[in-house]
Amino acid sequence: MAPVFFFIAAVGAIAGAIGVVALRHPLYSVLSLVFHLLSLAALFLLLRAEFVAAAQVVVYAGAVMVLYVFVVAYVGGAQEPMAPSGGLPVRILSLFVVGALLVELLIATLGSGLSAVGEEGAAYAPGFGSPAEIGQLLLTDFLLAFEVSSFLLLIAAVGAVMLARRRGGVDDGEVEGRISVAQLLSPEGLGSMAESVSGRSGVKDEPEGRS
Amino acid sequence: MAIGWYLAVSVIIFSIGLTGVLIRRNPLVILLCMELMLNAANLALIAFSRMHGNGDGQIFAIIVMVVAACEVTVGLGLIVAIYRRKLPIDVDRIKALNG
Repeated sequence: MAPVFFFIAAVGAIAGAIGVVALRHPLYSVLSLVFHLLSLAALFLLLRAEFVAAAQVVVYAGAVMVLYVFVVAYVGGAQEPMAPSGGLPVRILSLFVVGALLVELLIATLGSGLSAVGEEGAAYAPGFGSPAEIGQLLLTDFLLAFEVSSFLLLIAAVGAVMLARRRGGVDDGEVEGRISVAQLLSPEGLGSMAESVSGRSGVKDEPEGRS
Repeated sequence: MAIGWYLAVSVIIFSIGLTGVLIRRNPLVILLCMELMLNAANLALIAFSRMHGNGDGQIFAIIVMVVAACEVTVGLGLIVAIYRRKLPIDVDRIKALNG
């Protein structure tokens, strides 16, 4: 039964991937990617990676794709010309590059001479890929990667908020209230070389226009 | 099913994603195609994890998913910022950083 499921899921994953590239409207591309991700989760299940499959469906096909749908709905489907701006030569060149890479990767993976590639996979202990085992690995062997990735998520969230913040125009006086990291580290009036070159004395002389 | 079949599917999905990155012009679709490429790598990692009967590759795949989520967050933030500035959403026409 496994080969049947494999072929259904593999065809679904490849069809979804082609749909992402070939469909014109971004919203349809997103929906096609959701289909691709669900098929890929089925492939993960066939490879005994239950926790990763569940995370794929919940986090990827759920949360991340909702973010995509919101942004597509906000930005709107741009009437994008399908052809790259370089015209036909660029398209032919890119397809040639992709074809060459495809052949090369297929040779590298399937023709590698690894005998295990042609087999079903090694014997595994019961509970392989279960949430318990993944959790134990994450909190023992890979604790550093786990913590660093949580920090990376925090940085990405803060960066996205900073990027997508509503700006009321950059030069409407909001700049006055801001202070950069360099200013924080070296306040004015230190008498540094940079200050003397730039002509800022550091002594705050009272501007006329303000109180 | 032999592991090689999964690797072949992974290679095909990666190539399709690369095609999209090369020929599409909408940054949203380019981000989606980068997701495709990361997912292809995930599939290869999990296939190798199954090949060795060892869970390390699955941890690797989960970390790749975290990195992909970060990339999506920042990329979509950039797209929203581009849209707010009323710039064209087209990577061929936003070329101030071309150098």
